[in-house]
Amino acid sequence: MFKENPLPVKISQANKAKLFDTGLEYNPPARGGWNIVHTGMLLPEAREIFVCPQGCLRGVILTAAEMGTLDRLSSVVVSEEEMFDGSLEENIAEGSADILDRLEKKPSAVLLYISCIHLFTGCDIENVLSRLRERYPDIDFTDCYMTPTMREEISPDVKMRIQLYSLIKPLKENKNIITLVGNDMPPDTESEIFDIIERENFRDIHFCNTYSDYLSLGETSLFITTRPSAKQSGEILAQRLGRKHLYLPVSFNFENIEKNYSLLCTYLGVLKPDFTPYKEKALKAFEKALATIGDTPIVVDFLAVARPFELAHLLCEQGFNVKYVIADALNPEEEESFEKLKKYDIDIYPSVNVNMIHRVQTEYNKILSIGQKGAFYFETDFFVNMVYEDGLYGYHALCRLALLMEDAFLNPKDRNKVLKYKGHFCSSCLN
Amino acid sequence: MKNTLKIISCYSADTAGVCSILYEMGGMVVVHDASGCNSTYSTHDEPRWSKYPSNIFISALTERDAIMGRDETLTDNTVKAAKELEPRFICLCGSPMPALIGTDFYALASEIEKKTSIPTFSVATTGTYSYIQGAGLALKEFIIKTSVYKKREENTVNILGYTPLDLYINGQKERIVKLFEDKGIKVNFSSEYSENILNASHNLVVSQSGMEAAKYMWENYDIPYMCALPIGEKLSKFVLDIPNIKEPVFLERNTAKTSFYILGESLFSQSLAKALSLEEGIDAGVVYTLEKEDRAVAPCDYTTSTEEDTENFLKEKAENIIADPIYKHISPVNAKFMSLPHFAFSGRCFEHNIPNLMCDDHALKEVIK
Repeated sequence: MFKENPLPVKISQANKAKLFDTGLEYNPPARGGWNIVHTGMLLPEAREIFVCPQGCLRGVILTAAEMGTLDRLSSVVVSEEEMFDGSLEENIAEGSADILDRLEKKPSAVLLYISCIHLFTGCDIENVLSRLRERYPDIDFTDCYMTPTMREEISPDVKMRIQLYSLIKPLKENKNIITLVGNDMPPDTESEIFDIIERENFRDIHFCNTYSDYLSLGETSLFITTRPSAKQSGEILAQRLGRKHLYLPVSFNFENIEKNYSLLCTYLGVLKPDFTPYKEKALKAFEKALATIGDTPIVVDFLAVARPFELAHLLCEQGFNVKYVIADALNPEEEESFEKLKKYDIDIYPSVNVNMIHRVQTEYNKILSIGQKGAFYFETDFFVNMVYEDGLYGYHALCRLALLMEDAFLNPKDRNKVLKYKGHFCSSCLN
Repeated sequence: MKNTLKIISCYSADTAGVCSILYEMGGMVVVHDASGCNSTYSTHDEPRWSKYPSNIFISALTERDAIMGRDETLTDNTVKAAKELEPRFICLCGSPMPALIGTDFYALASEIEKKTSIPTFSVATTGTYSYIQGAGLALKEFIIKTSVYKKREENTVNILGYTPLDLYINGQKERIVKLFEDKGIKVNFSSEYSENILNASHNLVVSQSGMEAAKYMWENYDIPYMCALPIGEKLSKFVLDIPNIKEPVFLERNTAKTSFYILGESLFSQSLAKALSLEEGIDAGVVYTLEKEDRAVAPCDYTTSTEEDTENFLKEKAENIIADPIYKHISPVNAKFMSLPHFAFSGRCFEHNIPNLMCDDHALKEVIK
């Protein structure tokens, strides 16, 4: 099977507008990323109802089963006949009602997920929601989308983050309240950002234990997003509630980190603290990690961090031997780092190209991966099990990453076991 | 009654069945569906995915391709990948969106075959049926496309319908092989590529997924088949009689009334019911939640179509239930529930608790303990 090595693209020769040709896709068994089921489960007291054909349902139901939340997810199975007989809308409404009527305890909210076929056939989901709202006035309903085919306009991932906050209604604004939105990972409560934001005024859906807690986010004055996939969620929520939104993207560039904090301080009208000690701490952490890791080749993947090229550049500048990056496309936010990185000898690999099925055979005995996809493709047990930056932020993210790299280098993990868990940080019934 | 699932799982879909039954045959399967949709199969339907890779890919269908009818994206990408990977055969199968827009897979397969000179066939899956249907059609099409009848090989048995969805990768396949080989009977596992499948003297159908192929070979090549799994010692002996059968054989079960029910893959459940009768004197019925062969149904058996229907039947009739643990959610609390995980239903959740019942009385006793 391992017939030939997949061909990488040298970063110096890469076309940043299109790193790789599209084609058939392979799926690597690195399962740490979140899907729309995981994200929806962040809404307390809510029930997810999926209306889809069997093939689409299977993955979502078993996601819930593995995370132990099967009692919060139900489904309406769409048959082949229903795709053609004009009953799609009726079945969403009646199927959802059938489920709700059979529940002993009604949920506070319903996330109603429809699929590609509904969008493609012009399903009037607003009409369906109106009927359900009328029939169940004590339940809040919102529309969610499992529509991977329809991803060219807006990805299901981004849309999910928008809809997750769509049930928040405007409450009297509390000027002190700042809410982080759109992150799957819990917020980094040890980040130095809390030298600026008062902890007691900080909110996040991860801290919401009840639906009332969630609704209380409506008093937020400032919404913050830190990841590209969350940006639209913050913008739309702030606009709908008439509040402010700041996009302060998680970064591995010192200047960008400082720029984020300057922006936040300016908005809040406070003096920017001196973050030099944090920066020095981060530099020392990398220095210590480098002493341990030495010139061991490193691979960085895009599941671990939203800006793999920016991280690769930082690591190269600190003396690490980054040899590979796994990314299907360039995040436009890191174009500058991408250009700067061209002076290094780095190979870029795609994550889904069919030839990646052969995995990557190298001349090295030991490779350190930052991310699960790198661990799988480079077949290394020495990896940082990080997904979406693990929610880390600022200089603290850098310090933590340096520690995790050192630990990963010294302590191999059971790769096959670690990579099988879906939804990093979610509970799992797998053993 | 709406087909709604308040709390239980759904079975693997037809596309997963295609991929699963062809997994070890050295071909390339292309599922025409959106990017990322292969994650469901590779995560929840395929325990071999991390252990040994197979050329199972997704076409990464987009709305633009669907709206513009750009089938050439699929054919071009498939041809390109086939030239790099050189598979023994290519199989195309569909999903809900191609079903909606009426993609002509038969024509696309023909075009790809012309361009690659690799045997290519299609299976008209829609993502709306169970894995049984997908696997069954795929196996039949595979045989039609790739097998050639040369000469009858006596005392040779094809094992039809094996996939880990029903017979998990915990030694079940190996026990079946050993059962026959110990008696000097040659075995062709249909899960492995073989051009000689039509030469075998007999077919053993080990899941409903093998039924289409068995019927095809009986009707066209006079190969008789037996539908049974060697669960327990006595049923194993019965199965070993296969070289002597001259026409299709189904397990006979005549139980008219019982409160002991089994839920699971139909042929597996029928075999388990028969084994319980032979080994333990238990008269068990089967609740069919998947496709079944009518000729093997006992009077006490029941066919269900929805979760609510299943729940009501169990509440009314069942005092002893053997089923996947997820079915416990809809089983009466006062019934004795005996857990028998089914990978096609609960996926990875209980995979390490799936017993190997093949040719083993002790494992059978453990299930009903």
